[in-house]
Amino acid sequence: MKQGLTALLSGVVFAVGLAISGMTQPSKVIGFLDFGGAWDPSLAFVMVGAIGAHFFFARRAKAMKTPLFADGFALTDRTKLDAPLVLGAALFGVGWGLGGYCPGPAIVSMASLAPATLLFVFAMGVGMVITRSLVRGAA
Amino acid sequence: METTMTFTPIASTLGGVLIGLSASAMLVLNGKVAGISGIFGGALRPRAGDAFWRVLFLIGLLAGGGVVALVHPQAMSPSPRPMFVVALAGVLVGVGTYLGNGCTSGHGVCGISRLSKRSIVATMTFMATGAITVFVARVLFGGWS
Repeated sequence: MKQGLTALLSGVVFAVGLAISGMTQPSKVIGFLDFGGAWDPSLAFVMVGAIGAHFFFARRAKAMKTPLFADGFALTDRTKLDAPLVLGAALFGVGWGLGGYCPGPAIVSMASLAPATLLFVFAMGVGMVITRSLVRGAA
Repeated sequence: METTMTFTPIASTLGGVLIGLSASAMLVLNGKVAGISGIFGGALRPRAGDAFWRVLFLIGLLAGGGVVALVHPQAMSPSPRPMFVVALAGVLVGVGTYLGNGCTSGHGVCGISRLSKRSIVATMTFMATGAITVFVARVLFGGWS
């Protein structure tokens, strides 16, 4: 119950944060990535604010045995740099630059019912499901 | 809220702080990483007992988006790219975030805050390929505009 409410409210706050920050405007995102053109550095401040706020709590969490509402932390212990990480991040960046959407802002912007946004999220889900079955098949 | 293509350091920092606080609540209270691609991907084909919080977080995102759509719809503009480019972009983001285990939130915010080496490398990589893509799109296709 408490976990569910936390997830729901965190989702709302996350969405409002994305919208205030400018991340839900793909043209602004593209302007941020356009170093060679009319560069708009605003979105670097999103990372400053987000990391600034989260850094403290992430350190706090490290010192805790368990989270307050759950039995354990669901954190990855992977540290190795590998090809899927770099290839995946590279492909994600290409998609981000092409569409101006990363997953969070795209999902939030579904509420605008813009066809391009709905198409993007659908295509993103297809990409995930296909990759998942390919990775599982290869393993 | 600024909605034009202008420099918005204060609004962007403020929005970022809200994102960071949301991620902090998920971590300190629920023990979860607020990585959106992971939460979304995990909700598409959920494992037993692991779907509930994902769905609620996603409902929260949509509800927050709904509030923004009502109060300040200009804050959410559709992609300026043609539909076929948007579709291709979506597939690439889906494939890439699944392979690379995260996106701007999971790697760029949560992972970097935890000083994860994987997240730092992933973030530098997608920033770089994103910038190259925008540059190439502008030079070759005039940004399709």
